[in-house]
Amino acid sequence: MTSCIGRGLKASLEAIREQQSGLAPCTFETVDLPTYVGEVKGVDSVVLEQDLAAFDCRNNRLAELGLEQDGFSDAVRRAVSKYGQDRVGVFMGTSTSGILQTELAYRRRDPVTGALPDDFVYAKTQNTFSVADFTRTYFKLTGPAVAISSACSSSAKVFGSARRMIEAGLIDAAIVGGVDSLCLTTLYGFNSLGLLSQQACRPYDKLRDGISIGEAAAFALLERVPEHLDEHAVLLLGIGESSDAYHMSSPHPEGLGAKMAMETALKMAGLQAQDIDYINLHGTATQTNDAAESKAISTVFGSDTPCSSTKGATGHTLGAAGGVEAVICALALQNNLIPGGLNTHEIDPGLEVNYLLQNKEQRITRVLSNSFGFGGTNCSLILGRATA
Amino acid sequence: MTISNKYGMRGYVEGVGLIGPGLDGWKSSHDVLAGKALYQPQKTSFPAPELLPAAERRRSSDITKLSLATMLEAISSAGLEAANLPSVFTSSGGDGYNCHAINEMLASDDRDISPTRFHNSVHNAASGYCSIATGAMTPSSVLCAYDGSFGAGLLEALSQVAVDNTRCVLVACDTSYPEPLHSVRKIYDAFGIALILAPQQGSQAIAQITVSITDAEASQLEDTVLEALRLSVPAARGLPLLHALALNQANKIVLDYLGSTRLAVTITPC
Repeated sequence: MTSCIGRGLKASLEAIREQQSGLAPCTFETVDLPTYVGEVKGVDSVVLEQDLAAFDCRNNRLAELGLEQDGFSDAVRRAVSKYGQDRVGVFMGTSTSGILQTELAYRRRDPVTGALPDDFVYAKTQNTFSVADFTRTYFKLTGPAVAISSACSSSAKVFGSARRMIEAGLIDAAIVGGVDSLCLTTLYGFNSLGLLSQQACRPYDKLRDGISIGEAAAFALLERVPEHLDEHAVLLLGIGESSDAYHMSSPHPEGLGAKMAMETALKMAGLQAQDIDYINLHGTATQTNDAAESKAISTVFGSDTPCSSTKGATGHTLGAAGGVEAVICALALQNNLIPGGLNTHEIDPGLEVNYLLQNKEQRITRVLSNSFGFGGTNCSLILGRATA
Repeated sequence: MTISNKYGMRGYVEGVGLIGPGLDGWKSSHDVLAGKALYQPQKTSFPAPELLPAAERRRSSDITKLSLATMLEAISSAGLEAANLPSVFTSSGGDGYNCHAINEMLASDDRDISPTRFHNSVHNAASGYCSIATGAMTPSSVLCAYDGSFGAGLLEALSQVAVDNTRCVLVACDTSYPEPLHSVRKIYDAFGIALILAPQQGSQAIAQITVSITDAEASQLEDTVLEALRLSVPAARGLPLLHALALNQANKIVLDYLGSTRLAVTITPC
């Protein structure tokens, strides 16, 4: 995982332990908005291999940065040699893909014809499939590959699609994950909705006033449960998906879709609400999200289950958020560390959940992660330790 | 040619929706696809999204209207309730006009794009609007695999059917792009296919369908104009499947997916 809190798991865990946020005042590109962003340093200096040059854009550079952390690409290559290049699928979540490339290309249109510059490669950069195609090409895979793009639930839902295809027997392993990178569309877009905070975002705070946009690349290798598991293995125990059928950019006010997603995930995992030790909230720090989500959580879990949003650290990485937060949940399980939420000073008394502001070290075996998005799309993942 | 039946997925087709250039619904296009009537292309048209509340109807774009109309035809032909169906939406790129308008503004001195433009820019806009129209709170997967988007959608939908033992509606739609995007993505008109897929053979089943991965060559359509349509709009890569359904006889076809990775499809009428 690579985000503004660090490159790779070690750096990310260190930042979580130290309760360090990666958010800073926005100096990205030519953006002139008074907001904070979670920018990953050094993305611009990534150079893609010659045979991947057509994919060159910020999003795929960030993807490569992520793939090369934590021995992930070696793990993929081991899976490919074990199962075959046609038996490892690719399921990548993204919301805006390489749209920045198009935004930049539109500044260089031919003044007479209006044509985009010749060096703009739509298919390999802006198109939503780009990062899945890039990942598939990176590992020379020949099996199924797809981008899942349902806004901010994208890279949670990849786990669902990959699980089904593994269970259907079409593949033996899947690269799942999410990559989204900073661009003008999301910064000016969320600004138009009045949803950008001028400070580092404060999830579940009484004075929360919007999101801070981040960028990240998060990956996981998903396989069937083997006979023997090492003690650090993390299991996908359940996944619940639903739609609000309510509004394009506001959640259902009672959190009905969110509630359905969490309940479905619990049912698939064969667990009760009290079996969950920690909830990684969607927790965007908008008024409406946190209010609706907390209602759904208190309905399903009551008000005791420890929960926090890690978006105060990473920012809202949009289509990568589900993947980032699944990895944070895996780190929490492996290290018995419940991350406290950052930037929040006074928890909104109207939100009846057990929101943690400090890290807590205790043995945890099962965690739930929420990801919701525009269009009323909801997804909840339940991850657990192999040695529960 | 290697077709691996060992790893195939199976389901039943219960309903079909179709809208494209000169193809105004599955029922009325049936004879054209079966080769019994001449294909006469004309600009794609689709109905206004009456099911949407007024505000959403105003804000909805072509990809939403096309997706909703195609989906509703499939659902009604299967005699099902839209609100209960999980869905899979697949599109090779979404709303090109909205994308162009946003990029044009972001390249200008005034970057204040409108909230509607922004929320219509998400790839799951059609899925979101359709769920509002039908009241479906069911899961909806929203996919893109560029030119292979139809194949990706079919795999996702059948994996839901086979693994989660549920019906689902697959909606594969594309709309055209304005210049200057058209020059880099030449989709000339709107086209959509919807399929209702079910795990068991019910009374409304049209055909059994199995899908597996193959590297065999893709099936082509005999009608050269339809074949040109298949090649020019990604969602139309599913046309050989509709051709096979229209013929109403046991058939083996191959659909384009990702380069030399294609889908072997068998159709057995019920």
